Amino acid sequence: MNSGWTVLAVLSIGTYALKSAGPLLLGNRTLPPLFERVINRLPAALLAALVVTAAAASKGRLVADARLVGLAAAIIALHRKAGFITVVCVAALVTAAARRFGVS
Amino acid sequence: MRAPVEEPVDKGVRKTMFRQSLSIGISLIPFGLAFGVSCTKAGLSWVQALGFSSLVFTGGSQFAAVGVLGDGGGAAAAIGAGLLLSIRSLVYGLVMAPTLTGRFVYRALASQLMIDESIAVSTVQSTPKAKRMGYFAGGLSVFFFWNITTVIGAVALKSNGDLVTKFGLDATVPAAFAALLWPRLKDPENLRVAIVGALIAVVLIPVTPAGIPIVASGLAVIFAFTRIGKTSKTIGGQTTSHHSGSNSSGSNSSGSNSSSLRSRGKNGESSEP
Repeated sequence: MNSGWTVLAVLSIGTYALKSAGPLLLGNRTLPPLFERVINRLPAALLAALVVTAAAASKGRLVADARLVGLAAAIIALHRKAGFITVVCVAALVTAAARRFGVS
Repeated sequence: MRAPVEEPVDKGVRKTMFRQSLSIGISLIPFGLAFGVSCTKAGLSWVQALGFSSLVFTGGSQFAAVGVLGDGGGAAAAIGAGLLLSIRSLVYGLVMAPTLTGRFVYRALASQLMIDESIAVSTVQSTPKAKRMGYFAGGLSVFFFWNITTVIGAVALKSNGDLVTKFGLDATVPAAFAALLWPRLKDPENLRVAIVGALIAVVLIPVTPAGIPIVASGLAVIFAFTRIGKTSKTIGGQTTSHHSGSNSSGSNSSGSNSSSLRSRGKNGESSEP
């Protein structure tokens, strides 16, 4: 109980410091063009890494489970120009179906 | 640095943005419930659970810290795990800094919404104003659903069962990120950057704590592009701020750039921008 409050307090401050460092310290300064070019490229790398970790990471290990089947279905849906909600629903349905058929 | 007159955000763009934000918020409902349950299991009260979801407000960090507590770990271990997972917030902050300009108080408040989902919705927009709107739409939608479901999970659900896995809900998260990434991949250089980022994640997931692979892929891009910037001549660098949305900035995608990105991408340690 006690350590719960400690963790909550320290983690709140710590995560907020990390979140706000960019906007508060860089502030309204005009950034060099190079910096902006990097920033324009960062999302592709971050989103790709997020896709991989959300689809294939489990407790610090790389695993191939039903999530990958769902992601594959989502990519097919994207390729066929499906909307955002459709893509997300397809991923859930296909993953659930894959699990029903024995994929872990 | 912003243009004095900003065009209003197109209605269609706004509609798509809000729909994306809403469905991302809804897709996180089972995870919020699961977090509430894991708080109860770790012996935390619902007030503390709500505290985590509103004040820490970084899904992965919350699960990590409460998970450590639930396993009987100490406060230091819980804090360490939580902070490691949120290092990527620092990278996100750098990405968002040019968009979240304004008064100090505004920047301070806006920073609390610095999460995967707000960044994801924001960065796919093409104008500064739309980026700002996407950031708040994504962030506030998640904040709303995340906190409500945390409390419901902590108070009402006794066991979490197979809530998330049974209905395939865990696959909605990568699918949502993939859907946000998809339109950017039309640009060949973005495609290369994305492939490198994904490969770095695959390589690092088994060997580093969670959260680090995402940071590393970001650092690799920073490293690669700053090196290229030093060696090749700067390309048309007007000070007009971040004009480029998903597709308009592929002018500098030459073969040499991409090969040096690939060869240097792996050991992205230098973070100096």
